[in-house]
Amino acid sequence: MTFLELTNVQKRFGEVAAVEDFNLSAQRGEFVSFLGPSGCGKTTTLRMIAGFEQPTEGSIVVDGTDITNRPPNRRNVGMVFQSYALFPNMTVGDNIGFGLKVRKTPSSKIKAKVEELLGIINLPDKGNRYPYQLSGGQQQRVALARALAIEPQVLLLDEPLSALDAKIRIVLRKEIRSIQRQLGITTVYVTHDQEEALSLSDRVVVMSEGRIEQIGSPAAIYNFPATPFVASFVGTLNLLGANVVDASDGRLSVGGQEVRAARPITEARNGSTVTLALRPESIELGEGGGSNRLRGNVEDVSFLGSIVRTRVRLSADGVTVSLDTFNDPNLTPPAIEELVTVSFPPEASLVIGAGPAPEVDVVAEG
Amino acid sequence: MTAESEVAAVSANTARAAEVSKAARREARRRRGFGSPWAWLIFILGAIYFIVPLLGTFEYSLRTRPDNLLAYRQVLADPKFAGGLLYSFIVGVITIIISLLIIVPTAYWVRLKVPRLRPIVEFVTLMPFVIPPIILVFGLIRIYSIKPIQLTASNFGSDLLLVAAYVVLSFPYMYRAVDTGLAAIDVRTLTEAAQSLGSGWIRIMWRVIFPNLRTSLLSGAFLTLAIVIGEYTIANFLGRNVAFGPYLSLLGRNAPYQPAAVSLISFGLTWFAMGIIAFLGRGSRGRVQLAGAH
Repeated sequence: MTFLELTNVQKRFGEVAAVEDFNLSAQRGEFVSFLGPSGCGKTTTLRMIAGFEQPTEGSIVVDGTDITNRPPNRRNVGMVFQSYALFPNMTVGDNIGFGLKVRKTPSSKIKAKVEELLGIINLPDKGNRYPYQLSGGQQQRVALARALAIEPQVLLLDEPLSALDAKIRIVLRKEIRSIQRQLGITTVYVTHDQEEALSLSDRVVVMSEGRIEQIGSPAAIYNFPATPFVASFVGTLNLLGANVVDASDGRLSVGGQEVRAARPITEARNGSTVTLALRPESIELGEGGGSNRLRGNVEDVSFLGSIVRTRVRLSADGVTVSLDTFNDPNLTPPAIEELVTVSFPPEASLVIGAGPAPEVDVVAEG
Repeated sequence: MTAESEVAAVSANTARAAEVSKAARREARRRRGFGSPWAWLIFILGAIYFIVPLLGTFEYSLRTRPDNLLAYRQVLADPKFAGGLLYSFIVGVITIIISLLIIVPTAYWVRLKVPRLRPIVEFVTLMPFVIPPIILVFGLIRIYSIKPIQLTASNFGSDLLLVAAYVVLSFPYMYRAVDTGLAAIDVRTLTEAAQSLGSGWIRIMWRVIFPNLRTSLLSGAFLTLAIVIGEYTIANFLGRNVAFGPYLSLLGRNAPYQPAAVSLISFGLTWFAMGIIAFLGRGSRGRVQLAGAH
């Protein structure tokens, strides 16, 4: 059953459309992430759910109740901000108990709830500290506890980990997901970090220029991007210009060499140009990766820690493809200009739109 | 690595970073030592500039013979001194309350909702610097000495006018103090955080905004108090000679040494007030840190 529903939500600031035609149905307890670059409308949408922005059109319904026109303090929606927004004049305990005090909860219950939440966020002895006495990660945990204390119907997190360093971000990410699962709270998480969105979410909403590009599970978003934008934004991808040889049979020509797509090509006719998306990790060096084979000269080999990325030039006019292999100290990487064969299965070849490949790069890094 | 051990590792590094930072500060202090001789010279010149006139006034106030402290004894024994001080103090406190009730919500709302109006509000609050008190008081007398609102006819009415005029006089100091305080906190996010927790506007103002402006409000309040206690022109023209300013002026005409004593006593009171600001504002440094990975 749908718990949070946004229907045809739009937000305009004067002539500028910040969010257009946004539709989303989230189930109770679901973790949904809004993913996109800066200015794509994800935070504006979140702020409309929180009540800080009023939609120009459309409706927001939580558990069957239309809250579109309710003020933010009457929505029972918890919010965690990027800047933590802890009240500097209050102790950690008072911050967490603030929402309960507003609700006139008896002080004994507030005390018990604060202690319970301090335990959940692993800061059991920090109740009497002030926010300025805590590290950034600890402050964000307190902000999370404060939002959870009021037992909100929906928990909103606006890039909560952006201000933290990489290591703490990963630790807190796990904690947020674990707490969310433990409490079963419907959560909307805004981020521009694809790794965060993919690792945390039940579903990801990819947004660009105020519009939804794709909604799906992390695996679906990653493996089957619906648009060139999603393909280029999420993960690392080869975007290759290909000529359709036989649309009904899914046959394409890349740099003068023929490959086959998983399905017949319906987006374009024979002889036209399409964009072929290939994940670097689905391509193998050698002939063991699948029935599609391409030959070319090694242009570059990059060591990226756990993986080694090899770029292969497929044709004289500069069509290149990159592939990833796990770093194995016992293997010697190919030499520059060495003639190699790369292979991949038809299932890995995704035709994502008619027309030439976007002018991003052969490999678009998300 | 388990989540627990990762947390422990991160905490250990955070603690170590704090230690390193402390050690670096200690080292910087050690290197600075007692500072450069030029800094000390400027400090000593500044101190002389402020202290010598005070010492001169103090010495002059002690010239009464045979009792050196006679001027102080007479001032403190004069019921008009205590009465004037108390009257001005009460007027000052009422002025501060009204000024705070006008300025804090205005400055807050301007920052939160209509930041483009900020230059206009700033300009309006500066008007008391442009319009001399004598013009202000004549304007008030002209308007409120005739019907339908004839306030100058009674002492209470004049008191009301006096407070109103002082509220206007306090605007530049109060607005600047409050605005500076608001700039130091993330007003919008704190407001939204409180709203998302169910708080209404009154609670947000009372529990979130006012406490975080404590030092700024105290600064504005004591500046206002200092102005009101020493103010002469408006109180005199409104016929409120019971105020401390007119009392000081009257005293200067009739006695040679007592004005010096009164000046020093009021100077001491001002420093006492400053001490209260420093005392009440202690520990507020760093509390406004809202973000940052460390």
